[in-house]
Amino acid sequence: MTEPHSLSAESLTLAYGDRTIVEQLDLRVPPGRITAIVGANGCGKSTLLRALARLISPRSGQVVLDGKALHGRPTKEIARTLGLLPQAPIAPEGIVVADLVGRGRHPHQKMLARFTAHDYEVVAQSLDATGITEFADRSVDELSGGQRQRVWIAMALAQQTDILLLDEPTTFLDLAHQVEVLDLLTDLNRDRGTTIAMVLHDMNLAARYADHLFAMRDGRIVASGPPSEVMTSELIRDVFDLDALVVPDPVSGTPIVLPRGRHHILIPESEEPRVIHS
Amino acid sequence: MSVQTVVAGARVRRRHRGTVLAVLGILIVVVFAVTLMVGKSFYGPAEVFRVILGETVPGASFTVGELRLPRATMAVLAGFAFGIAGVTFQTMLRNPLASPDIIGISSGASVAAVFGIIVLALDETAVSFLALGGALVTAAAIYLLSHRGGFAGTRLILIGIGVAAMLDSAVTYILSRAAAWDLQTAMQWLTGSLNGATWAGVLPLALASAVLVPLVLSQGRGLGMLRLGDDSAAVLGVNVPRTRVLLMVSAVALLAFATAACGPIAFVAFMAGPIASRIIGPGASPLLSAGLVGALLVLTADLAGQFAFDSRYPVGVITGALGAPYLVFLLIRINRSGGSI
Repeated sequence: MTEPHSLSAESLTLAYGDRTIVEQLDLRVPPGRITAIVGANGCGKSTLLRALARLISPRSGQVVLDGKALHGRPTKEIARTLGLLPQAPIAPEGIVVADLVGRGRHPHQKMLARFTAHDYEVVAQSLDATGITEFADRSVDELSGGQRQRVWIAMALAQQTDILLLDEPTTFLDLAHQVEVLDLLTDLNRDRGTTIAMVLHDMNLAARYADHLFAMRDGRIVASGPPSEVMTSELIRDVFDLDALVVPDPVSGTPIVLPRGRHHILIPESEEPRVIHS
Repeated sequence: MSVQTVVAGARVRRRHRGTVLAVLGILIVVVFAVTLMVGKSFYGPAEVFRVILGETVPGASFTVGELRLPRATMAVLAGFAFGIAGVTFQTMLRNPLASPDIIGISSGASVAAVFGIIVLALDETAVSFLALGGALVTAAAIYLLSHRGGFAGTRLILIGIGVAAMLDSAVTYILSRAAAWDLQTAMQWLTGSLNGATWAGVLPLALASAVLVPLVLSQGRGLGMLRLGDDSAAVLGVNVPRTRVLLMVSAVALLAFATAACGPIAFVAFMAGPIASRIIGPGASPLLSAGLVGALLVLTADLAGQFAFDSRYPVGVITGALGAPYLVFLLIRINRSGGSI
């Protein structure tokens, strides 16, 4: 395998009008790993992801892909290396699954050129990998939320980028489909070495599936590292202003957050177990 | 094997598209031929064909060659231009209401034309150019007004509808001050009419189409990508601002040339796109089929306006009678599905 592509932000400042969302942020997405960006609502994590995918131009600083700033480079060239699945992508009314997945081939196609045998092959592989081959000729409108999310991931796969960014890929999905999507992304990471960086809401799933966490608050990164190291009750307090117990997940061994609200507390803080053995 | 499934599915859809385009093409040829043959005096296919080949046929040479042929050609070109311009806007803004005749661009042409006819007393050619300018200026104004802090389709549509209402009232005002003989010319232009179509009138539209239609069609794939939303299109390597400006400018110019040539034939730009999208199938570029549907609509409506009723109606009356109920239907459907515009 060739050198994995690298994506980083250098003293990145992002703003909408007068409102600064992200200020002077430095970050390097670990190549070949799964990264989760977590934080409270409005902390700037989605904005950061959009900037990494060149959808917002920085107020100052830059996003660097393979040593060169994104800004000003041909967008089609970038699209062969860097993909993004937005939070609420739009499917054209009535479009069939295979056609939609085929749109992922756009950055690899010459203007006016027809679909090649290779394009069809990639589309078929993407359908296979996401387990939606049986829906190939069905209209996307007829699918359930979980199936539809797999279609979008298949489209991102068809783009064949080494880096894939996802903005909350599990929102709108029930628990089973959330796990299914994250398993699928893990397969992708392990089988193809795809670098994955995603914004996730669910801390427990983030801790379980990510190799690396970035925790954000007010447009800054407050913690960065493997979940087992950075996910502590202090971090949860820093990021969410929430008291919580962090214990090892008996299923995966990764940290799990048990929030302490104002109600339903059985164990007083002094009697908290240090470790749970499974 | 799933590759075969994918290839087979794509082949089925491609074949369907081919069939639809072929059928539309054949229908246009048939209606075109009928338009050349029928009228006060009937000429058979043989005579019509000889005229087209440039032979002199007593009677037919003038009636067919100078009256019916330019009229039918104008119908095809204008309908094609309206259809492509309409569907470009509707697809780009992901809204069937976003047709240029709804969002005020046609109204811009109308104000300019009516002003030219009534206040400046210009001749036909000058009025055409004024209408062209009116459409382009209006489009630019709507775009700039709606572009505060980024592009937003819904804002453009709403501002466009407001601008259309303002411009239409300006038209009414100018008409109310008009002398009777100017009024008739102005009304005929406003309704959209192919009466008195001449080769001199066809020429500018034909030249504009020769340049602009290929330009729009070359952006077909980019337009298809924009249907995924601006973000997804950009992520997939589409230069969104450039594609959008190219499509908008060429669609507005096409619409403006067609409007300048024969008036704002009501609702053709608005109806052609949704009809075309429905028959060509989702996922395919609706550009070419919308152009053909537009051409067929104008040709057929003109034929019906001339001969289907006791008295003759200009083509715009017929398309207006078809389009208005469709607009109501569309609004009801949007309302039912709980959507906003």
